[in-house]
Amino acid sequence: MSETIAVPLSAEVNRPAGLIRRAWAFPQAKIGAVLTVVVVLLAVLGPLVAEVLTGYAPDDFAGKPFKLVGIAGTDNIGRDVLSRFLDGGLTLLFYAVLATALGVLLGAALGMLAAYTGGRLDAVIMRGGDVLLSFPCLVLALLAIAVIGPRGWLLVLVIGISHAPRIARVTRQATLTVAGQDYIRAAEMYAVPRWRILLDETLPNITGPLLVEVGLRLTYSIGYVASLSFLGLGIQPPAADWGLMINENRIALVVQPWGVLLPVLAIAVLTVGTNMITDSLASAASGARQGSES
Amino acid sequence: MSRMIVRRLLISLAILWLVSLLVFVATLLLPGDPARAILGQQATPERIAALSQQLHLDLPVWQRYLDWLGGLFTGDLGYSTSTQGSVNALLSDRISASLALLVAAAVISTPAGLVLGVWSAVRRGRGLDLAVSGVSLVIAALPEFVIGMALIVLLSTTVLRLFPSVTMVPPGQPVWWEPAQLVLPVLTLVLVVTPYIARMMRETMSEVLDSGFVEMARLKGLPERVVIVRHAFPHAIGPVAQVIALQLAWLAGGVVVVEFLFRYPGVGQALIDAVNKRDIEVVQAITLFIAAVFIVVNLLADVVGILANPRLRTQGGTQ
Repeated sequence: MSETIAVPLSAEVNRPAGLIRRAWAFPQAKIGAVLTVVVVLLAVLGPLVAEVLTGYAPDDFAGKPFKLVGIAGTDNIGRDVLSRFLDGGLTLLFYAVLATALGVLLGAALGMLAAYTGGRLDAVIMRGGDVLLSFPCLVLALLAIAVIGPRGWLLVLVIGISHAPRIARVTRQATLTVAGQDYIRAAEMYAVPRWRILLDETLPNITGPLLVEVGLRLTYSIGYVASLSFLGLGIQPPAADWGLMINENRIALVVQPWGVLLPVLAIAVLTVGTNMITDSLASAASGARQGSES
Repeated sequence: MSRMIVRRLLISLAILWLVSLLVFVATLLLPGDPARAILGQQATPERIAALSQQLHLDLPVWQRYLDWLGGLFTGDLGYSTSTQGSVNALLSDRISASLALLVAAAVISTPAGLVLGVWSAVRRGRGLDLAVSGVSLVIAALPEFVIGMALIVLLSTTVLRLFPSVTMVPPGQPVWWEPAQLVLPVLTLVLVVTPYIARMMRETMSEVLDSGFVEMARLKGLPERVVIVRHAFPHAIGPVAQVIALQLAWLAGGVVVVEFLFRYPGVGQALIDAVNKRDIEVVQAITLFIAAVFIVVNLLADVVGILANPRLRTQGGTQ
């Protein structure tokens, strides 16, 4: 692979529109998009139709616990599983998206600042990130929850913060390749303020790698929020939530599997969908370097 | 080169110290009086005063930090308010149980990932390669408890009934007294970790197989097996060691959810219990322990990376 070919291609790929167009050419992007859209629609429209469709509100008692009545039976204290399933995805999705957004904003800002400023600020930001990186995300979240208690905002904050150093690393790397370019130097000569240079000149040119990070972190965020709810330390009862439902109903897996199977399937389809989209984005972003593999 | 390793070791120690500071400072954020938070609203002032003294809350912050840190060095991890005993007693058996899980998962997933990766790289674009990358794309996306639940449905309850889904240990016995109950937790961890290793190995190996020296070895007439095992594989292992370490370090955290799911008596389950009961000293000890495992594994990976890099080996480590 020669430099002369790599440069124009990557310039196009680093723009979001070009990257998405190339990513869409991969079959897994289309499959992933379909899977993601199906679960997102289910989570968003579910709460609206839950009561109409099943006849029970998510908190209504529909009968005895763990009985196979109605479409999907009842849960551990006798509430309608289908109704709770339809109601249980939106909060998870909401928290995951917020945590991802927070992590990307924080990480991208710090990463660009570190790379562009360099020197001591760079060292402080990146070493601080290293300290956070020596905790697995879930363990950091558990430490915070032990101190403050299971709160929604805390989940978003902790997951977002633990994503930030990882995103900062990627952003820093991408920014370093852009920082020496002529258009940045030109902006510096016109005495454009630093934040304008980062926002107007740098950010548009590193959206490629950032977009891949967004997809990756969204997949992980969904997993973390669902895992914490499953551990009983995320979204709290009596709220209907997929992670929580799995924990509440798993003791009766043999007699009444629906209370576990439906949320497990929904979470699986959602994360597989977002991961397929991310994979195609990553392939498209590295495709410029790899040549034509597909 | 040895200077590089020493430098890397010092960085790890510094990070470990900062992590201990972070873990300690986090507990200062506890809203209100920790003793009251533990005992509840009905507690008498005498009991609160007694517990404050027991937890040394009456001492200044820096002295509590030094006491705590000193305790860690001398092997005294603190006092557990929920079990009314020392943290050491709570964790002693659990640490070996968790390490058994980690080691078993690492010993199975590392060779499995490497073999799958090499195999896919050799048969690029053919059926097996596509199958491996398709399956790993799906599995890599799933949260570990989803994989665990799927295994329980498939192998323990609904479809087949081969292995127990709950770990039961009689007091005084190690967890591995009945190996069958280790199968599902270990398999879950292996399924989570292997796809990443296989994927990375495939990519690195593909690059190596395309390089000049491999072609040279083939042109010399060496059998393909020798080319792959003796020439290509050693060059691919260096970069992959990092990914393997990252995944094994990840196991230290992933073990928490898996232990909770299978009611496995390890540190992860103890951590969830302690978080629920807000047993702060246990949470401190376990988070620090997990972070320490994480840091040590990463350190080992970097050392392997330094040792495996032939340029550093010959240069004498000036860079």
